[in-house]
Amino acid sequence: MEIPVKELVTAASVDNLETVTEFVDEQLEAADCPMNIQLQVELAVEEIFVNIASYAYAPGTGNATVRVGVSGEPATAEITFMDSGVQYDPLAKDDPDVNLPASERDIGGLGIFLTKKNMDEVAYEYRDGMNVFTMKKILTEQR
Amino acid sequence: MTINKTTNGKEVIIGVSGRIDSKTAPEFESQVKECFAEADSIVIDLADVNYISSAGLRVFLAAHKAMDAKKGMKVKNVCKEVMNIFVVTGFSGVLDIE
Repeated sequence: MEIPVKELVTAASVDNLETVTEFVDEQLEAADCPMNIQLQVELAVEEIFVNIASYAYAPGTGNATVRVGVSGEPATAEITFMDSGVQYDPLAKDDPDVNLPASERDIGGLGIFLTKKNMDEVAYEYRDGMNVFTMKKILTEQR
Repeated sequence: MTINKTTNGKEVIIGVSGRIDSKTAPEFESQVKECFAEADSIVIDLADVNYISSAGLRVFLAAHKAMDAKKGMKVKNVCKEVMNIFVVTGFSGVLDIE
């Protein structure tokens, strides 16, 4: 399976969330990705893109670059997000305690936690003044 | 996302269809909050929802807490994909899911 890498550059704004998810979906559909896996990937894409849109350039604005390709056997999607905003490693934070009762729960950190849980691999690096967040997902049902 | 509210005495049933994501969550939140004053209990019907992101989860948690002081909030007709999100985040142990 080989779907060549495509790139989208867009203003990092929540208004462009649909543009980004549609761009990623197109690539996944080309790889015959099952619907439930596509939804898991979409969730991670939303969490990461919205993070960039909310914090990377605040209070200013800037661009986000999204790259998506599929390769290997089993078919694996690799999605990379890049921005030149403030240096920030979303993986540095501890996972939220998901066993706490409602009254003690804080609502932060869930987005990145969902991303980790729904993807097979996530990695962050700061390279040449860019935040580079890469995530991988195997596009077949895991037994 | 569209929202359809029906009232049954002091219970408000909020039927949602579509996606509860970062773009639609603010609208979902304001619709849910509107019910806090008048309702004793809230039922959120997710029959036509197959996608909830963390922005949506925040609204569920806030609403659950707000209604806890009254007769509570129930969530019903949760599909497999959404249930999976609730389980992974521990929300399945917090929310009252029918």
